Amino acid sequence: MKTSSRRAIGNASFFLIATTFLVSPGFAADAPTTVTNIFRPLSTPAQAIHEVSLLVLAICGGIFLVVGGLLAYTVVRFRHRPGDDEREPPQIYGSNQLEFAWTVIPIVTVFVLFLATARTIYDVQGAAPPADALNVTVVGHQWWWEIRYPELGIVTANELHVPVSDAGKRRPTFLKLESADVAHSFWVPQLAGKTDVIPNRRNLMWIEPIQPGTYVGNCAEYCGTQHARMLLRVIVHPAEDFDKWTTAQRQPPVDDPQARAGRDVFFATACINCHAIRGTKAMGTFGPDLTHLMSRETLGAGTVPNTAEKLRTWVRDPQTIKEGCNMPNMQLTDDELNQIVAYLLTLK
Amino acid sequence: MATHDLALSPAAATSLPFTARLHELVVTVDHKKLGLMYIGAGLVFFVVAGSMASLIRMQLALPNNDFIGPDTFNRFFTMHGTAMVFLVGMPIIAGLMNYLVPLMIGARDMAFPRLNAFGFWMFLFGGLLLYFSYLAGPGLSGAGSAPDVGWFAYSPLTGRAFSRGSSTDYWILSLLVSSVGSIVSAINVIATVVCLRCKGMTLMRMPLFVWLMLVVAAMIILALPPLSAAQIMLLLDRFLGARFFDTQAGGSAVLWQHFFWIFGHPEVYVLIIPGFACASEIIPVFSRKPIFGYPIMVGATVTIAFISFGVWAHHMFAVGMSATTNTFFALSTMLVGVPTGIKIFNWLGTMYGGQIRFELPMLFCIAFLFQFLIAGLTGIMLAVAPFDWQLSDSYFVVAHFHYVLIGGLLFTIFAAIYYWYPKAMGRMLNKKLGLWHFWLFLIGFHLTFGPQHISGILGMPRRIYTYDPGRGWEIYNMISSIGVIFQAAGVLCLVANLLWSARRGKPAGDDPWDAWTLEWATTSPPPDYNFETLPEVRSRRPLWDLKHPEDPDWKYE
Repeated sequence: MKTSSRRAIGNASFFLIATTFLVSPGFAADAPTTVTNIFRPLSTPAQAIHEVSLLVLAICGGIFLVVGGLLAYTVVRFRHRPGDDEREPPQIYGSNQLEFAWTVIPIVTVFVLFLATARTIYDVQGAAPPADALNVTVVGHQWWWEIRYPELGIVTANELHVPVSDAGKRRPTFLKLESADVAHSFWVPQLAGKTDVIPNRRNLMWIEPIQPGTYVGNCAEYCGTQHARMLLRVIVHPAEDFDKWTTAQRQPPVDDPQARAGRDVFFATACINCHAIRGTKAMGTFGPDLTHLMSRETLGAGTVPNTAEKLRTWVRDPQTIKEGCNMPNMQLTDDELNQIVAYLLTLK
Repeated sequence: MATHDLALSPAAATSLPFTARLHELVVTVDHKKLGLMYIGAGLVFFVVAGSMASLIRMQLALPNNDFIGPDTFNRFFTMHGTAMVFLVGMPIIAGLMNYLVPLMIGARDMAFPRLNAFGFWMFLFGGLLLYFSYLAGPGLSGAGSAPDVGWFAYSPLTGRAFSRGSSTDYWILSLLVSSVGSIVSAINVIATVVCLRCKGMTLMRMPLFVWLMLVVAAMIILALPPLSAAQIMLLLDRFLGARFFDTQAGGSAVLWQHFFWIFGHPEVYVLIIPGFACASEIIPVFSRKPIFGYPIMVGATVTIAFISFGVWAHHMFAVGMSATTNTFFALSTMLVGVPTGIKIFNWLGTMYGGQIRFELPMLFCIAFLFQFLIAGLTGIMLAVAPFDWQLSDSYFVVAHFHYVLIGGLLFTIFAAIYYWYPKAMGRMLNKKLGLWHFWLFLIGFHLTFGPQHISGILGMPRRIYTYDPGRGWEIYNMISSIGVIFQAAGVLCLVANLLWSARRGKPAGDDPWDAWTLEWATTSPPPDYNFETLPEVRSRRPLWDLKHPEDPDWKYE
């Protein structure tokens, strides 16, 4: 019955090939992609994790080859063959030397791993924010992200905009994580490891992206019905673009006379109980801030692209797009719907 | 038909009317019947919870799939996880303990037979209560159904504000009830091992199986009460306005996590050590050598048990603990790898120089060694706290613990079924059907859970009911779902084999594997009283001594 060992070898090589493919530097992308491979880090803490994880993979791969090889060898070499005599093999009860060896070698390995681990933990968790670091507060909600820039007076949702950090000018972003309801977890694999977002507690984490682009992530702690549709986007700008973005976001909302009708409907219905539009009487905090709604890429925390058509579907009945989300069907007439959507479309 | 087939075999039982057989099951206090009832009920729950997992995999086979909606999906993975741990793993382990410990130590029954029956019925009704939530979960408020908070039920998702209806209450109460069952059966095992060993069976002459189950029983007694306590606190929160976990009123969400995992991590070892126990009996017999380094194996097990109570927060590396705390738990977790590694080496040492027979129990054990090696190594990766910040709560973790619990525990349970079924039923399981089971399940298992390592590395979080295309996850999810077909076919072969062989299997005789421990010294199935005269032993392998008077073990021990 050689097949079982052959299978073992087959599995081993599959695992190794897969691992090589995933960690091979030849595949390192220089821009973020939607394939959020933790072995393609583009930010300082993610790179620190990447380095220690390569060491761990190498050690574990080595152990796998040695022990898996021993197992395969033993199974093949000492299998019972039809021609064998039926006497029992020599009865061996143990060996203190061997026991000593396979106790001490793992302890030494653990020690090495432990030192590397401890170093990385302190590197990542102990990093102090430089004076010009950007500070952002991220608040997890069922099932979307509120993003606040306390120093800039910006409030937005689901898309975290940050400046790129380069060797000349380091611009890390430090995040305060809070939750409005249940536990969530902030995870953008190419930027950093995940940190949980827990109510009645403030967690800290930081990112330092080295490439501009859009980074994708998910809520990584189960938080109820729409946990799957709680996506994150981190949009990393070159320094000057980031300034442009903050300037635009700090503008008051556009008050387009063409959209007055929709504006009136919006303010006359329950929309304002949950949503805020800066500088107006809409000051709800239960749902996302809509001041610059149309500057965002998606609706429903990454559920659908933010187009006029999807927006209309969303406002008519969000439940058709994101079943179970906390925004109800407002039972708007077609006229009201058209007017509100027309108004929302002006919130650029 | 040989006379020993008659004693308690189904063949004999079928001659009684159905109601009489049912009555016998309800009133029995016999450790063997209760053991088989535990295993039978566990296998039924296994098929139910496994079917739920299959539906989960069907939903995830394609991106943006509409096969089942989010709420149904969330209930499925909650019920799947809860049932597999509490209604499949725990009872099958309890069943193996119950059936085998008295036989292996040469006793007539457990120390407390009625308590034993009580434990079984607590487990069974606890399990039924959990599934009853599908009917009664909506409660008076008409909200919810089965529990949908995940098997570790993190607060405050379980609070009144976020979990309306009674589903969470069913989760709490059913586990409280079945935990009582687990605790009494653990007490019973300890009392049995301490008090009822036959003449000559010192602690260090007990079969390793008994030693490991003794350790497991001790761990159950220490690990389950924190869970029960936390669940009672949660009940107080939900019904009497206590605020232990109510974060809106100053409670602590992290406190629940500590309570849960201080139970939850030892629980993992409660589940896997019985797997070690079965492997430690089966590997020597089919390698035709005694277990290598018996005292070291005992010591390693006790060490694992000790360390396992100091590693719980490695489930919480991402909750924002201090660097010092993270470092401590990373170290303690890596240290578990040392005694676990020692065990693997000792099993290899047992096989090395032997004459390995590829009977079904051994095939499952070899697969177990290979898979548990992978599970252990991914466990080391997860112990490296920074690596865990990436991997935690991703599909990598899902892959890791399925390699532990299926690749480790379930494969050894299958091995145990093939190994001891002849003893319990008096008939051999069919080998051809067993080989089909082995290969189908082996292939299906690796197809399903191997690729999940990669989807986790590519950033796929666990417990999502769907995902968008373009994240690089499609192919791995598809392969994963295809694997389910093989696994299901394998399980079908097992079920068919269990039913078919009970009537038609080849008669087993007392000792079909030429084994060495006491359960093989009595008839198959054993009589009510187990042994006509209680045996007396002089070494760890009494039947070896009997079969090899010229070269007995007691000369060397």
